[in-house]
Amino acid sequence: MDWQGQKIAEQIMQIMLLAFSVIAFATGYIMSSFQMMILIYAAGVVLATLVTVPNWPFFNRHPLKWLDPSELEKHPKPQPSLNVNSKKKPVKK
Amino acid sequence: MHSFGYRANALVTFAVTILALMCGMASLSDNFNSPSPSAHVQLRISNSLTPFTHLSVLNINWFQKQPKANDEVSMTLNISADLQSLFTWNTKQVFVFLAAEYETPKNSLNQISLWDGIIPNKEHAKFWIHTSNKYRFIDQGSNLRGKEYNLTMHWHVMPKTGKMLADKIVMPGYRLPEEYR
Repeated sequence: MDWQGQKIAEQIMQIMLLAFSVIAFATGYIMSSFQMMILIYAAGVVLATLVTVPNWPFFNRHPLKWLDPSELEKHPKPQPSLNVNSKKKPVKK
Repeated sequence: MHSFGYRANALVTFAVTILALMCGMASLSDNFNSPSPSAHVQLRISNSLTPFTHLSVLNINWFQKQPKANDEVSMTLNISADLQSLFTWNTKQVFVFLAAEYETPKNSLNQISLWDGIIPNKEHAKFWIHTSNKYRFIDQGSNLRGKEYNLTMHWHVMPKTGKMLADKIVMPGYRLPEEYR
C-alpha cells in the first residue's frame, strides 16, 4: 500500500466498525434481542476485515516513485574499511 | 498501517473496544426499566378441613429419642407470582427463592429458605406452583410453636452483561400452630 492508501484504509476501518456497532445496538434494542446485536456486529467486523486488511489494488492508486537504478550508479555506496573484512571468527573444534 | 499484521491488530483492538462499550450501554439501558412484580403465597394442608388456613403440618423432629432436639416444620405451599416486568433484553435469568423470617429470643432474625427456582425467560415468569417445601424448615431450638413469621420472596436478576440486582417482597402475617402434630 502507499501512504494515501494507508490513510484511506484506516478511515474505512474506523467508520465501518462504528457504523456497524450503532446499527447493531439499535437493532438489538428495538428487537429486544441481545443475540441479534451480537450477530450484526460480528458480521460487521468480518466485513471490515475483508475490506481493509488485505492488500487490495485500490489502496495503491498513488504509488511511490522509487529511484531508477541508473541514478544509483552515479552515487556509489561508501565501502567499509578492509580491516573489518580480514577479521574472522576462530573455528571451534 | 504498514503491513497486514499491523492492520489486523488495529482492527481487532478497535472492534473489541467497541464491543465493550456496546455491552456497557446495554447494561445501562436496564436502568430505564421500572419493574412491578407481584407475588402471593398460600399455605395449606391437602387434608385440612379449612383449606385457606395458615399452615399445614408441624412435624416434630425425627430424633425422637433425644430430648433436646430441634423443631421442624413441613408445609405445602401454593406460590403464585408475576415477575414478567423484571425481564429486559439484557436479562439472562432470574433466580427466585422464598424465605421464612421470624424472631427468637436467641436470634433477632432467622431466615430459612424454603423453596427456590430459576426462571430462564419471560414466558416462565408468570407462574403458579404447588409444592412442599424444598428445603427443611428447622429451627435452632424449640421456638416454633405458635410462632408468627413473614414469608419473603427474594429474586436476583442476572443480566447478560452488567451488574446483578436483588430485591424482595415481604408478605407478613403467617403463624405456626400452637401444638405439635
